[in-house]
Amino acid sequence: MTAVVDAPVVAVDPPQLVEPEPQLRRRTSSFRPDDAYAFVGALLASLSVTTSTYTTLAPFSGPVGFVVIAWFAFVLLYALLVSVSHPGQAVKDKVAAVVVQSIAALLVVALVTTVGYLFYRAWAAMTHLNFYTKDMGDARPTDSVANGLVRAGILHGIVATLEQITISTLITVPVGLTCAVLLNEIPGRFSRIVRTVTEAMTALPSIVAGLFIFTTYILLLGRPKSGFAAALALSIMMLPIIIRAADVVLRLVPGTLKEASLALGAGNLRTLWQVTLPTARSGLATAVILGMARGIGETSPVLITAGVATHLNTNPFTGPQPSLPLLTLLLTRSSSNSYVARGFGAGGTLLVVVLVLFIAARIIGGRGAGNLSPRQQRRAAAASRRDVARWEQRQHVPTTPLDEPNVVVLDPPPTSS
Amino acid sequence: MTTVIETRVEDRPRKIVGELDGADKAYRFTLRLSGVFMLSVTGLVALFLLFRGWQALRVAGWSFFTTTVWQPDGHKFGIVGLLTGTALIGLVAMVIAIPLSFGMALYISEYAPARLKRPMITVVDLAAAVPSIVYGLWGFWFLQEHVYPISRWLFTYFGWVPLFHVDRADPHDPYNSLTVYSASTFIAGIVVALMVTPVTSSIMREAFSQAPLGEREGAYALGATRWGMIRAVVLPYGKGGIIGGSMLGLGRALGETIAVFYIISITFVLQPNILQAGGVSVSSLIAATVGSATPFTISALFAAALALFLVTMALNFLAATFISRSRSGSEV
Repeated sequence: MTAVVDAPVVAVDPPQLVEPEPQLRRRTSSFRPDDAYAFVGALLASLSVTTSTYTTLAPFSGPVGFVVIAWFAFVLLYALLVSVSHPGQAVKDKVAAVVVQSIAALLVVALVTTVGYLFYRAWAAMTHLNFYTKDMGDARPTDSVANGLVRAGILHGIVATLEQITISTLITVPVGLTCAVLLNEIPGRFSRIVRTVTEAMTALPSIVAGLFIFTTYILLLGRPKSGFAAALALSIMMLPIIIRAADVVLRLVPGTLKEASLALGAGNLRTLWQVTLPTARSGLATAVILGMARGIGETSPVLITAGVATHLNTNPFTGPQPSLPLLTLLLTRSSSNSYVARGFGAGGTLLVVVLVLFIAARIIGGRGAGNLSPRQQRRAAAASRRDVARWEQRQHVPTTPLDEPNVVVLDPPPTSS
Repeated sequence: MTTVIETRVEDRPRKIVGELDGADKAYRFTLRLSGVFMLSVTGLVALFLLFRGWQALRVAGWSFFTTTVWQPDGHKFGIVGLLTGTALIGLVAMVIAIPLSFGMALYISEYAPARLKRPMITVVDLAAAVPSIVYGLWGFWFLQEHVYPISRWLFTYFGWVPLFHVDRADPHDPYNSLTVYSASTFIAGIVVALMVTPVTSSIMREAFSQAPLGEREGAYALGATRWGMIRAVVLPYGKGGIIGGSMLGLGRALGETIAVFYIISITFVLQPNILQAGGVSVSSLIAATVGSATPFTISALFAAALALFLVTMALNFLAATFISRSRSGSEV
């Protein structure tokens, strides 16, 4: 029985509070020091191997070759090092990650060198104010670069580019947007045909657009090469681009919005004007701007339609009017150093214009139909606050005549205005 | 009794088409008009291509499809040399562009940290917006001399392959100038590859990012590595995008004019050695010769342009089919 007596004593004994093990936060990061060692080791090893064998053992030369060999050596060595401590699947995974990331890096480097090299070569011309205020009437091939930049610039190219892109935008935007609306608002066989044909036209090589204008406008109608001809060629190229981009944007407008408008009794035109287009506004602007950027940079249609001139020509309808990309092409193929410098300057100016358009498109667009920018949201919020204030004001206005206190008149429901 | 049945008015479905008022009629008319305009522009271009090309085709007859030289004024011209040159540029471009755009698309959709994703997409879009003349400048003035050693290496070890043969080149002769490798199909192809990579990679990326989350997580839950998950989930879902994007890129590469025109020195005969100076593509030939061409030469150029247009259009349609199938999620 003692055992029975003893047992409760043991049970009553206050349970020892075991100090809990301090819980360590488990690391969920997939990073391990091993991997970093393998990476750095492989990098160093590949560099050493390539440096020691590159010029002595193997018949290679040039920096590009060095990078290529070093990269292959790196991938091999890295795979080898990783396989020491990891199973086959993990080795594959790590090698794939390295390959994919280096491809991404390579492309970024390629873009940076493309843009950077152009600006590096264009720097001398683009920092010269005369470059933007003079045409090439006084240019001489024998000038040194410094003298040449004082004497002549590319004003005629800038004017030509601006005029041509304006004309083609004036042509393509109304037609293109109307066509995109057609594709979305009147679905049916006709729209399907137009959409298919538009798709086909985006495959049209730009030179063929130029060739078409060259044979019709210039050869058949007997008109001289001019800025207008170039603008027509650009329009043929830009039209399908704008239609397709706008078509995609308009498709994103919620059907419920349009149906609500129609249910309220608005007609098709009013729905388009008050609902569809405002909702898709930013996307449409992006579509147009990107189309313009494509058109501005296009050289080949201009090459055979705009003609060549050295003087400023502000009239797009008569006389040759070479645009910036065409000047870039022609001048950089020249054998005169000052011409080449000017050509690079024209290319740099062109790229600046394209970049400005691109950034504008990013700022305006980049959000879906109906999504407001922070600024628009603030504006909408302010409008709604004003509405609230107005309703509250309205409720304080005594609507009940004072001499009839027993009649309860409900406040009129707030109406939005 | 039967008379009653005969006189009963039959039920007819009510017409539910609303009446359009004047403004809406004008609106619909304008929309249709713009469609007609688009169709007629396309029709005119196609008609001119056919009509002007026909004159040359009639003279050349079937020899147009078998002749390898391009001398329209001597009435001795054919599409073989041109299309081969164009296809070689396209081949070089795609051999480089497909792995590059595949890697870039995978990087953006699978590997890039979240804060880098949007900037990388912007970089790709920007690369697509850079004018082709800028790529041409870069290829000719900057890249070309760096490619010579690669060309020489390829020739030294693979010169026995007809594609990599170079006339008058001798890697063991120190006086042998590297300019035998200049202005070649290879260099033009590299530049064109960089130009089409953004287009191709953004289509691939779209397809990859549509691989459903559930399947991805399932693969991870079964213990797959990231690459294992990509192999098992992302690539099968992105197959249509890979094929379609590559085809669209090829169409772009074949039609590219200015970068090729800027870099390559144009030959008028079939030149199958890609490392050797000189090559040709339909569009660069048009750009180079149309300014000083006789009417008959222009007509011959139209015939060539027609062939190019048909090829790029076919590629575009095929690509669109693949891409839209991959978007709808059905098997390719």
